[in-house]
Amino acid sequence: MIEFISQPWPWYVAGPLIALVMFMLLYFGNNFGVSANLATMCSIAGAGKAADFFKFDWTKRIWNLVFVVGAVIGGFIASEFLTTDSGVELAAATITALNELGVAQPGAEFLPSSIFSWSTLFSLKGLVIMVGGGFLVGFGARYAGGCTSGHAISGISDLQIPSLIAVIGFFIGGLIMTYFLLPIILNL
Amino acid sequence: MKYIKYLVLGVFFGIVLSKAEVVSWYRIYEMFRFDNFHMYGVIGSAIAVGIALIQLIKSTHMKSLTGSEISFTPKNRSIARYLLGGIIFGLGWALTGACPGPMFILVGQGVGVMLVVIASAIAGTFVYGLLRDRLPH
Repeated sequence: MIEFISQPWPWYVAGPLIALVMFMLLYFGNNFGVSANLATMCSIAGAGKAADFFKFDWTKRIWNLVFVVGAVIGGFIASEFLTTDSGVELAAATITALNELGVAQPGAEFLPSSIFSWSTLFSLKGLVIMVGGGFLVGFGARYAGGCTSGHAISGISDLQIPSLIAVIGFFIGGLIMTYFLLPIILNL
Repeated sequence: MKYIKYLVLGVFFGIVLSKAEVVSWYRIYEMFRFDNFHMYGVIGSAIAVGIALIQLIKSTHMKSLTGSEISFTPKNRSIARYLLGGIIFGLGWALTGACPGPMFILVGQGVGVMLVVIASAIAGTFVYGLLRDRLPH
């Protein structure tokens, strides 16, 4: 059993389990949407004084913060006890493309350690990817009214056209970044 | 105590996304290059099962744990907001290789520098709040 769990899980196991998480949150009387927590954190920090958007009763959203704390713990449990090999088996074409972009040992770990480290953070490349990228995710998620969990999973499952438009936007942005901007940024 | 169930569900969510490698920067890059079916399988099967579950909730008028019928609020009609916001989000998603859920899960996996990405995402959310009235919605 533990041997089975220790392997990477196939998509047909993960997808339905993510849908189950959404279902359970609906059953609890809430909604599945992780990025809402970012606005909650702004509100707790007093952002309501600067913008009315953050003036809401954040105590009603504590459940979502607790959910995220659980996700952090889940990440710890998975990497500490349920994973034997932390590599990612990538498609051959992806490895070739990353080698050409100068990313060392693609797939050796979950993330390219040449990018996601404290030492890279203080370089131009690190700042653009981590600080710039994080900013775009936070800004874009709130502007679009949701992220992958709120739009791609919850919204489309409810057959909402706005969510489909948002996900089309996710892909337009993602493709522009992957094909046009990332090759430049990775070589900064 | 009423929050325990959310903690348990969050732990489960963190394990699933970790074990399916959804939190890997490489998997997101691979997805946007259309090199591997994996991420499409994860999101696609989540949506397929999600549609079935929501249809079940609606057709049976299922009640939530609090006793009220589970309801769905239709999102406001707009194109600019979802398309522009979506594009900005997508640019960031492909850059960091992480949407909000995975950012937090990666912190649990020991990638401490993700805290900077999260702080920046909070800053992005804050700036959106400041500019909201001046953006097309």
